[in-house]
Amino acid sequence: MDRIPILKMGEFLLVTIQVDMHDRLVLQLQSDLTERIARTNARGVLIDISALEMVDSFIGRTIANIAGMARVLDAQTVVTGMQPAVAITLVELGLTLSGVRTALNVERGMALLRALLDDAAPVVEGSRSASDDGDDGRQG
Amino acid sequence: MVVRDELLPVRSSNDVVVVRQTVRARAIDIGFTLVDQTKIVTAASELARNALDHGGGGTARIEVLAEGARRGLRLTFEDQGKGIPDIELALRDGYTTGGGLGLGLSGARRLMNQFDLWSEPGKGTRVSVVRWR
Repeated sequence: MDRIPILKMGEFLLVTIQVDMHDRLVLQLQSDLTERIARTNARGVLIDISALEMVDSFIGRTIANIAGMARVLDAQTVVTGMQPAVAITLVELGLTLSGVRTALNVERGMALLRALLDDAAPVVEGSRSASDDGDDGRQG
Repeated sequence: MVVRDELLPVRSSNDVVVVRQTVRARAIDIGFTLVDQTKIVTAASELARNALDHGGGGTARIEVLAEGARRGLRLTFEDQGKGIPDIELALRDGYTTGGGLGLGLSGARRLMNQFDLWSEPGKGTRVSVVRWR
């Protein structure tokens, strides 16, 4: 069965979704990721969806589930690179991914993950603003 | 007037991917903007999944329409499943019987220009949506 590769970089796990995913592949990614978080003690997960041309309610819900499961396993999740057309469609569909942190690209996503881990206590709530001002995206 | 007509099976989650890709290709042929293409493909994905998960599988018909200079895309999903007992309820945001978010039908309706739903308990369901350029 196909699998989406998961890369480990320090205490982060990186996933780049490059294919049009069928439903079973999405669920496989969910179980692979949660298993890897637990096994590697990862503190952060970055999911890059810049190559995804469509996110429907099933994929959106699974991404939100992954973020929720990761949180329970003490890891932060950032979704990066959503295409504007995908964002427009997702909101019109009725999904806002309100529990999921997002960043415009991988660089900002990594900076956001580091910032979230650096000062785990008073973290800025609006995810994007966390990396908007500083050149390395860190807070303070 | 229908200028192109394709009928695809919806029997597996791989078929849903093929439906999405074929719909995308036709939407590009017609000249829809990227945002419109994305809306149409997303609606197709929701409806194809419904036919598969709730209807036990069925078919997807993809038709390119021409009305004078105007072009459009009509997608019709048909299954012989258990049908929808209460259509109004099924069209409500958040109503679900399948453990999903309940955005499939209502969301697809918002993403398209025309939406027609026929269903008879025990016989099946047919959903037809159109988006005009």
